[in-house]
Parts: sequence; C-alpha cells; structure tokens
Amino acid sequence: MNRAMSDLSTGELRDLYRELILDHARSPRHFGKLPALTHSAEGLNPLCGDKLKLYLQIDDDDRISDAAFEGSGCAISVASASLMTDAIIGMRTGEALDFAKALIGAVTGRISSEDLGEDSQIELGKLQALQGVREFPSRVKCATLAWHAMNSAIRQEQRPASTE
Amino acid sequence: MSKPLQTVKSDPHVDLSACRTDFPVLAQEINGEPLVYLDSAASAQQPESVIDAVAEYHRHNHANVHRGVHTLSHRATEAYEAARDAIAGFINARSRREVVFTSGTTESINLVAQSFCRPGLKRGDRILLSQLEHHSNIVPWQLLCEQTGAELLVVPIDERGELDLVTFNRQIESGVKILAIAHVSNALGTVLPAQELIRRAQQHGVPVLLDGAQAVPHMPVDVQALDCDFYAFSGHKMCGPTGIGILYAREQHLERMPPYQGGGDMILEVRFEGTTYNDLPYKFEAGTPNISGAIGLGAAVRYLTGIGMERIAAHESELLRYMTERLSEVPGIRLIGTARQKASLQSFLLDDIHPHDLGTIVDHQGVAIRTGHHCAMPVMDFFGVPGTARASLALYNNRDDVDRLVASLTKAKEIFGR
Ligand SMILES: Cc1ncc(COP(=O)(O)O)c(C=O)c1O
Repeated sequence: MNRAMSDLSTGELRDLYRELILDHARSPRHFGKLPALTHSAEGLNPLCGDKLKLYLQIDDDDRISDAAFEGSGCAISVASASLMTDAIIGMRTGEALDFAKALIGAVTGRISSEDLGEDSQIELGKLQALQGVREFPSRVKCATLAWHAMNSAIRQEQRPASTE
Repeated sequence: MSKPLQTVKSDPHVDLSACRTDFPVLAQEINGEPLVYLDSAASAQQPESVIDAVAEYHRHNHANVHRGVHTLSHRATEAYEAARDAIAGFINARSRREVVFTSGTTESINLVAQSFCRPGLKRGDRILLSQLEHHSNIVPWQLLCEQTGAELLVVPIDERGELDLVTFNRQIESGVKILAIAHVSNALGTVLPAQELIRRAQQHGVPVLLDGAQAVPHMPVDVQALDCDFYAFSGHKMCGPTGIGILYAREQHLERMPPYQGGGDMILEVRFEGTTYNDLPYKFEAGTPNISGAIGLGAAVRYLTGIGMERIAAHESELLRYMTERLSEVPGIRLIGTARQKASLQSFLLDDIHPHDLGTIVDHQGVAIRTGHHCAMPVMDFFGVPGTARASLALYNNRDDVDRLVASLTKAKEIFGR
C-alpha cells in the first residue's frame, strides 16, 4: 500500500467521520417520538434511501420547546439530525430557519466558515463538525436532509421534504 | 494494496487479463489510487472498439436512417441494420424481425406491458412477477394494473435469495396472463432457473418475459433454446452505450401487437383516413432512433463475441467464487444473496456501517461499488435492510480488484472503530 496516499485519503475521511459525528451516529440524541408534537415532517433522500421523521413541539410564543426524530440513514444523516435537534431546542422558529440556512450554506460550500465568523449572527458551534462533507459532494444531501425536513415542518408543508 | 497489475495471478480457468487494457477508462487514478471498478451491474465500461465505432459514425457517417437516397444516409442505415443483425446472431433470434431497438430494458418492458398485455387484460386478471425484480420490472406492471384493474401476484424468495419454486408452481397454474421475471437478479446475483420456469409456464399457456439486463453481459443467452416469448436487455450493461436496448419478441406476437408509439419510420403509408404500419421490427421503432447507440451496441456485441461468452462466464464465475470467499473472511460481514446459482455480483453489509458510508470510504481508496437499494426495494424489505453494498464484476475485473476491495473494507472498519 502506498502510505503517503492512503494517509492523505484517511485524513479527509477522518475529517468527514469525526469523533463527534460517529458518536452522534452511534447514539443519536432525541431519537424517538414526541408525544406533544405540534409540527412534523418527513425527509426522504431517494438516492440512498435515507428516511427520517422529524417532530417538533412549538410553543405559543413560537419557541421550539422540544424536538425528536426517527428513521434510518447513514452516519452523516443520523448525526446531522441528532446534532440539529440538540441545537434547535430553545430557538425561536425564525432563528432555527436562519440557522438551517447557514448550515446548508456551510456544508454545500456556498458560505465559508470565515463568512460565518464574528460578524455573523449565527455561530454553527458544534455543527461545524458537519463541514467535512464539503469534500464529498455526493454526501451533502445526507448532511442537509434533517435541515430540509425542519424547514418543511416549521412551514407546515404537506409533501415530504426531499433532497432531490 | 495497490499492487501493480502485472503481479495479478491469472485465473486457473481462463485468462482475460489482456482485455483489461481495451478499456481506457480503467487506466486512471481515483483519489490517488488506481481505479477499481466494481459497479458494472449499474453500468459496464466500454472498450475502445465501441468508443471508436460511435466516434466513426459521428465523424464520417452521421445521417438519418431509412430515409435519404444520399450516401451518408445509406451508410448510417447500413451500420444501424448491421448492428441489428449482429445482435440477432448474438442472442440467436430466428430472424432480425424479432429484434426491436428500444432505449433500454425499461422501455422494452413497458412496450410489452402496453402493447402485448394491455389490450387483452380485464379487471381481476393476474400478472406474475417475483420478489426479486428490479423496479423497472415492477412499476410498468403496476401502471398496467391501474389502467386495467388487473392484479400483481408475486413469487416469494427465500433467505438465500432463491425463488420459492413450490409457490411458483402453484401460482403459475392459477391462471395468470403473463410471467415477467428476471433472468439474473441485479440485487442478489441469483440466476433464476429460466428454462424450468418457462417450461412450466408453457404447460399452462402463460407467455413469459425475461428481464435479461443482468444476464446477457455475463453468460451465453440463446432465446430459441430458452423458448421465451420476450427477452429484454440494455446496451450499457454489456459494454455498449446508454440509451439503447433490445426487446426480443417472437415474431407471431409482434405481428399481432399494436404499435407502442406512433410517428415516423413505423408507417408505410399515412392518410387521414387511416395508416398502414411498417413491417417488423420497424412497427415498433417510431421516430428517429438512437442510431449511434445501436451502432455502439453492435460493436459491443462483436467485442463480446470476439472474446466468447463462454469464456467470460467462466472467468467471472471463478472470480465471483474468489470474491465471495475473500469477503466471507472479513470479520463482521453479512453476505446478502447466497443462492446456489449466482452470477457476477455480491451484495453485503459490514458491521453496522451504513452502506452509503461504506461506499464513500471505499471510493476514497479508488474502489467504486454501488450502495443503496439497487432499485429493488422489495428485496431490501425482504432482508429487512435499508440497502446493501454491492460489488459487481465484469470481464475486465481480476483478483487484484477483489483484494483492493477487501483492503478498503478493512479501512472502513478502522474509521468506524470496529
Ligand atoms: C435486472 C434489471 N432490470 C432492469 C434494469 C433497467 O435497465 P435500464 O435502466 O437500462 O432500462 C436494470 C438496470 O438497472 C436491471 O439490473
């Protein structure tokens, strides 16, 4: 085996599959149903069959007081949903939508992490871990699936959110 | 891991190692490693001779077919029809009239559903498929059911991925209108006992369509020996271009079937009072066809014939045996599709790693495999998995490719801490 090459490729892979991602993929947070849900949406990634259901409980003052998800998917899509639910609990829906926009921008490479620096209102925080996906264009949809679903849930769209 | 290709052990039965250099696409690096292409079941690579035949047509002979008196049109028509003859010979059709160019297996199956089956179907009639079909041999029949009120009947499979023949024997004698079934499963690699199924169907007067998309590239196929009514396959799975495929059909069926689409080329005479359809097979080839695709497919058939389908089958079955053996040695692997008769591919899962993650990790080491449901969701449901990883072989693969796959799986385990 060519060491140098394989170390390089391992580097990028390790950046994609960071410890935090693997941890959330193995033991997803907020996994399950939400008895008091007010909003929900389904996310489908027809390419790989990732499928998730997102449940939100939104208060009268427009705050996401709880969130949960169910479904099956690859490490990236499960970790992304897990990190997302962790992050959005406590946010107002408007904030959560802006956050989704920033995250989708960051993983698709349309917004760089520097753009989201100090001037930005939005700190991706832990979710920066998802940025490793940028080197793997075929996996961007996995990382954004939960976020598209959150968009549909908040906007109460009837069709399942799709990454296509 | 990435040993130079020269050190590859030649397979004991046949040595096709010289063929590898016929495929220019294989001579490249992906992510700094020599490409290992193990996704031929999705689409096989093209040899130089196919690429050249298509380029030659575009460079020197392009014109519409069956319509001009000028030289280019004549050349284009000759090349297009020569391809049909080559394909007729390749599958041993009785006549070129039985060989219809389509856009692929999918269109071939839709054509049979709509032109052969639809006119005679009534509410409650039944169509027999199997659990291991590709979506393109399911959805056209579902559409037909919606249109006519007919119903689907499905032959079950067992844990190995083999057809449940006991149930099949009961179903086939229960009065079905057609049996539409894969010759080789694209998700499991199962080779179905086509001869036996057809014999049974004939005893009960049931016409048979075989979906041969995964069979034609890997074994000799003789439609007369099979004695099937319809046989569908795609160019791009047998080293030819995309967007071209074949429907073989018995002449007596084609004679009786109404056209699938209307347009130019499929007519002899058009009047507003009525139109006379063209002879076979042109009645089923409306509009300007995929001329370059047909020519490319003709070249692919000549290439495969030059090597010999028997030799290709022997090479691949030896390599599949090796691949299955090597994969079985990987700790944490679950092989999906362990039928006694198999061809060209192996589906698997590794530990609890999602196939999509596996696909990314092995691609990063230059190894191309397919991951997902393989357009066979009912198969995935049967095995209770969201998808699998699938390594599929073609004549240009060798043991080194398999070794690289296995090594890349070890890396996946490492990344996932397994
Ligand atoms: C068994 C089988 N049937 C049908 C098809 C559909 O072929 P195409 O997409 O070329 O029409 C495929 C290819 O994916 C296949 O493997």
